[in-house]
Amino acid sequence: MPAMPRQAPQGTQAVQRALALLRSFTPEAPEHRLSELAAAHGLHPSTAHRLLGVLEAEGLIGRSPESQAYRWLPGAPGTGVARSSPRRNGLRPLEPLRTPFHRRTSALCESDARRDWSGYTCVESYEPTPEREYWAVRNAAALIDVSPLFKYELVGPDAERLLDRVMTRDFSKCRTGRVLYTSWCNEEGHLLQDGNVQCLSRERFLVSAAEPCLRWFQDCGWGMDVDVRDVSEGIGVLALQGPRARAIADAATTGIDFGAMRYFDLADGEIGSGAGGGPVRVTRTGYTGDLGYEFWVAAEHAEALWDALVDAGRDHGLLPAGLLALDMARTEAGLVLIGVDYVSAVDAEIEVLKVTPAEAGLGFTVKLDKRADFVGRRALELERDRGPAWAMVGLEVDWFELERLWSEIDLRPQVVGQPASREPTPVFAPGGWQVGQCTTRFFSPLLKKYIGLATVRVEAADPGTELDVEVAVGYGRRRARARVVERPFFNPPRKTAVGPAPGVNG
Amino acid sequence: MTVEPAAADGIGSGTPSRGGGRFDAIVVGAGHNGLVAAAYLARAGLDVVVLESSPEIGGATRSEEAFPGFRFSVFSYLVSLLRPEVIHELDLVRHGLFLVPTASTLNPLPGGDCLFREADPQRTYRHVARHSRRDAEALFEYKLEMRRMGHLMYWLQRAAPDELAAVIGDRVAESAEHLDVDVSAEVADIARHFLDLPAARLRTFVQMLTMSSADFLGQWFESDLLKAALSSSSIIGSMLSPRTPGSAYVLLHHYMGEVDGAYREWGFQKGGTGAVAATIAKAARSHGAEIRTDSPVARVLVRDGRAAGVALANGDELSAGVVMSSAAPQISLGRLLDPEDVPGAAGAGLALRAARWQSGGCAGKVNLAISGLPRFECMPEPGPHLSGGITIAPGLDYIDRAYDEAKYGGFSERPFIDMIIPSVLDPDMAPPGKHVLSCFVQYAPYELAAGDWDDGKREAFGDAVVRTLAEYAPGIEDQILHRQVLVPPDIEAIAGIPGGNIFHGELRLSQLFLLRPDPAAAAFRTPLPGYYLCGSSTQFGGGISGGPARLAALRVLDDLRGVESAAVGGVETP
Repeated sequence: MPAMPRQAPQGTQAVQRALALLRSFTPEAPEHRLSELAAAHGLHPSTAHRLLGVLEAEGLIGRSPESQAYRWLPGAPGTGVARSSPRRNGLRPLEPLRTPFHRRTSALCESDARRDWSGYTCVESYEPTPEREYWAVRNAAALIDVSPLFKYELVGPDAERLLDRVMTRDFSKCRTGRVLYTSWCNEEGHLLQDGNVQCLSRERFLVSAAEPCLRWFQDCGWGMDVDVRDVSEGIGVLALQGPRARAIADAATTGIDFGAMRYFDLADGEIGSGAGGGPVRVTRTGYTGDLGYEFWVAAEHAEALWDALVDAGRDHGLLPAGLLALDMARTEAGLVLIGVDYVSAVDAEIEVLKVTPAEAGLGFTVKLDKRADFVGRRALELERDRGPAWAMVGLEVDWFELERLWSEIDLRPQVVGQPASREPTPVFAPGGWQVGQCTTRFFSPLLKKYIGLATVRVEAADPGTELDVEVAVGYGRRRARARVVERPFFNPPRKTAVGPAPGVNG
Repeated sequence: MTVEPAAADGIGSGTPSRGGGRFDAIVVGAGHNGLVAAAYLARAGLDVVVLESSPEIGGATRSEEAFPGFRFSVFSYLVSLLRPEVIHELDLVRHGLFLVPTASTLNPLPGGDCLFREADPQRTYRHVARHSRRDAEALFEYKLEMRRMGHLMYWLQRAAPDELAAVIGDRVAESAEHLDVDVSAEVADIARHFLDLPAARLRTFVQMLTMSSADFLGQWFESDLLKAALSSSSIIGSMLSPRTPGSAYVLLHHYMGEVDGAYREWGFQKGGTGAVAATIAKAARSHGAEIRTDSPVARVLVRDGRAAGVALANGDELSAGVVMSSAAPQISLGRLLDPEDVPGAAGAGLALRAARWQSGGCAGKVNLAISGLPRFECMPEPGPHLSGGITIAPGLDYIDRAYDEAKYGGFSERPFIDMIIPSVLDPDMAPPGKHVLSCFVQYAPYELAAGDWDDGKREAFGDAVVRTLAEYAPGIEDQILHRQVLVPPDIEAIAGIPGGNIFHGELRLSQLFLLRPDPAAAAFRTPLPGYYLCGSSTQFGGGISGGPARLAALRVLDDLRGVESAAVGGVETP
């Protein structure tokens, strides 16, 4: 509700006063004396008496026969709403947040299958099963609303300095117009988060992250000339992913040379085919391991962007896709997820849950040769000498092993059509002790293998190492023989290729 | 890993014939089965050549860009029977196998009604319940029983019929606990599986071998619409009506396929089915197999009572200790063999029986390039239903009448049509916004009473298909940009299958198991030592399965291990 104007215009003052008096009557505070009300509202008793008389005559409040105190009438309009009740502060139960694309996504979500993501209500799958949406990512194109990401703008002469202080990557080498994927750690070198940083100028960057980190950035920048702002709610983000993404992006926007855009480039353009469609920023990034782009748009232009992409995608097999399909694709791409594949140090109640970037498979984001000192540097230098204790690996269970396990209960493998599981499951040395845990796994219908992301002791992490992973076979739990493999599981050349829009697979 | 793209067309994926040569093994025919056999032999270390008569590989598993920008799966159009063993042993995913599932089946009905079956069983229940609440409930029970039948067939397909027969025969005769015959543990396991079937399951199996699909389905369902819809799988590729005894087996044939362990699922190969053949060819080549196109084989050469190679139509001779043929029996056991060459008295009988093999074609293929998505009266807007199968089979009488017309030597004026829209499953099949529509059509007999198929009759058949489609998708006739009409003689001419029968011979009890394709050649071996069969006319028959070829190749390798021969040595277990 809009705030009450401080100085009401002439003639409306009496109405405001009457309403304020009326709101004093609630189920919790049903009776008030005249003197009490007058004092509480700063009114002369005669004014209060006159106003309360009108309210009583209109049947909005009553009068106690014994005490003559004014009294709440159940059901009377305007009372009992507690707006100015001294015992309530006006907070209503929180409703799910809506992304700027909500009206579009909800109109298409025939399954009603939704899930919370950072307070936002997000589509799990538009159709009853995520299958078509998953295949759209690999075979045509999919449009995924990833707006719930937290977004922070770092602006000021020291913006680059702050990033170089906080992040493990080297921002002195990040050119304007590029996006840098990076980790950030605490002083102990334990991983806090991973995320993308858009380099918009030397003094302006945009960080996107899965979890809040405003305070961390602000605290790390204490004394620097940089403004860290949370711009999460004002920006909608759409991921357009799949082999047809370039053709669709090209048709849906103007002012961007998509053929020239390299992996992790960014560019600014306009929505639609002509001018005036509204500004949009495009990054060649994504969470599917496929050719793809992410579109960053001010909330007021979000629906125009959605419509332009959907129109352009109609002839290319574009489907809106939900989080289940995204999760399947990111697993094939071998991309780790915070809170699933690793625990942020801020959430790790016990020491053993904390990991360094290298232990989460993000060692490539740590640049110990960079000039700037950064949070966690000393610890990570020690780790470099000592070596990490854990490694993030890909696990692969082949088809014949699945057949063997399911034939024990006389079934064919019951693995297809299931979304990625986030239930951690133990990983063992063959026939032996637990050496780690598999945190994301599913049967990839594309690769026709059961694949998983696992954190294991480094001694068990060499590609080709045989390990056992626990799988559910009917009601039973069995150890399936798995092999350590390189990530990503799926890595098509089109992901990073430049040039005209690719058509065919590859 | 990276999925390497496979060439979607067979064009240019073979090399022209270059004279003779000496090999460990020769495979006749570069359809999917011939290629699978070659891949297994090459994988075991043999020096293998595949000889294909036509300019392209693939046989009936082929795609082509018939009109610029429009790619057709010329004949076969979906994949389900492809054996998981073949996929994984040959590492076909790495070589380009890319199967997009077709999740639903839509049966449009006259008057804008329809019967829709989706991937989600509860939604299918609601769709079917509009027609019959009892049937919607029965569908769960039926599907369960069919999955069990599929599972039985899964086991049966893992061994050659003679091995199974030996074990089962032994068990039945001796009622013994132990198995006395010399078979692998796996075969014993399979036999035990079969023998341990509950009586109810065995009854269903026998019913499927003998009953008509209409009667078989009548045990569960009351709705004629549902029976007709489910019967579609009982007539595909067969000159049968759903009311013909034996058609229930064809139903089973279409339920024994799987995608990743899920029975009765079907997938569309990206790029069209020709890409499946290209994928297998890549796998075969990766093991060193050579594939020669434009190399028609005239006959099998025999020396000392054994197959010794082949002679090409151009007179070139290639020698090898093993010759495998993936062709239909009229060719493999007829044209390619001189009866004199076959030891004993088997020769003449073999050729004669091959000539009597029932393999008349019954189906045509109409491939359409269209300017936009068809608008079915029952569900005019684009949606998930367009990425599934769409079948015109609005009643048992409808199919039966279509069959009757063919029985008397005509093509069906209002035919049964099984459609998919490949460009919805794979946008690379057509230019943006445009589409291809694949129509498998019955019935179109190989021989017409009114004289040979000619362009006029072919176009009249195409017109009948479009006319029929327009009853359910009004306006489709105006969307057609190009039309390709193929009838059994075309299948014969292009894919080299006599009669144009897509299964290399009818799938009926008289042509199955130990009788397929001949009692003397039912287990991939023929009476001529060193000469083997590996095509769809063996074992469990047609469809893009590769199963017969795999078992045949394994049998060849077994035999080679037993034969100490200078010609072949160093064979490794695959």
